[in-house]
Amino acid sequence: MGDTIDVKPDSVLDVKGLCCPMPVVKAKKAIDSIEVGQVLEIIGTDAGSKGDMPAWAKRAGHEFLGFSEEDGGEVFHFFVRKGK
Amino acid sequence: MAYPPLILASTAITMDMEAGIFFTLYGIDVLKKSKYAKLKVAPLANPAMPMPVPNIVGAIPGMTAMATTMMKSMIKKINWPTIPELIEICHEGGVKLWPCEPSMAMMGIKREDLVPEAEESIGAAAYLDYASAASITLSF
Repeated sequence: MGDTIDVKPDSVLDVKGLCCPMPVVKAKKAIDSIEVGQVLEIIGTDAGSKGDMPAWAKRAGHEFLGFSEEDGGEVFHFFVRKGK
Repeated sequence: MAYPPLILASTAITMDMEAGIFFTLYGIDVLKKSKYAKLKVAPLANPAMPMPVPNIVGAIPGMTAMATTMMKSMIKKINWPTIPELIEICHEGGVKLWPCEPSMAMMGIKREDLVPEAEESIGAAAYLDYASAASITLSF
């Protein structure tokens, strides 16, 4: 499941073990510290993030590039390009 | 339960939405210095318990402590922040945390009893004036 994401992140955030709302709260802080156009990779284990990350990115004015899964769907990698 | 409004508000601000919470009656405990770090879960007349607890059981001494311990271990399992941490996250992100003025007067709570993150207390009209422009209104 998930997409094949061919993009090199400029910054990586590890939120493994955290659940809603913390992945999004921490992603917002992390994306505030990179430049517009740069890509943030968020690595997490919260399955709810599959819906939360695209919704957050859209509302916050960023571009959700997609996600990939590893460990049989236990770990997710989300890619978001900072839009503003 | 103090978590749902704080979680939704802390998430809203990450999505460029504005958020404000109006704390009335016992809800003010969430902003009380002496209470907010040790809020309890009352099983008595609480239909939201994971297992519905009959009121006669909820009234047995020790049941509140038991329900609180149970909830704490559930919260720990999913790594949620504490209530003080969530208040801090909300405040940092600009969530307005308003205590209700008449509730404070009724329960004899003073501004200095509240955490510094709380706004000045407001009344119903002031809150409704703010809420009238809201796209989403939730009640807990």
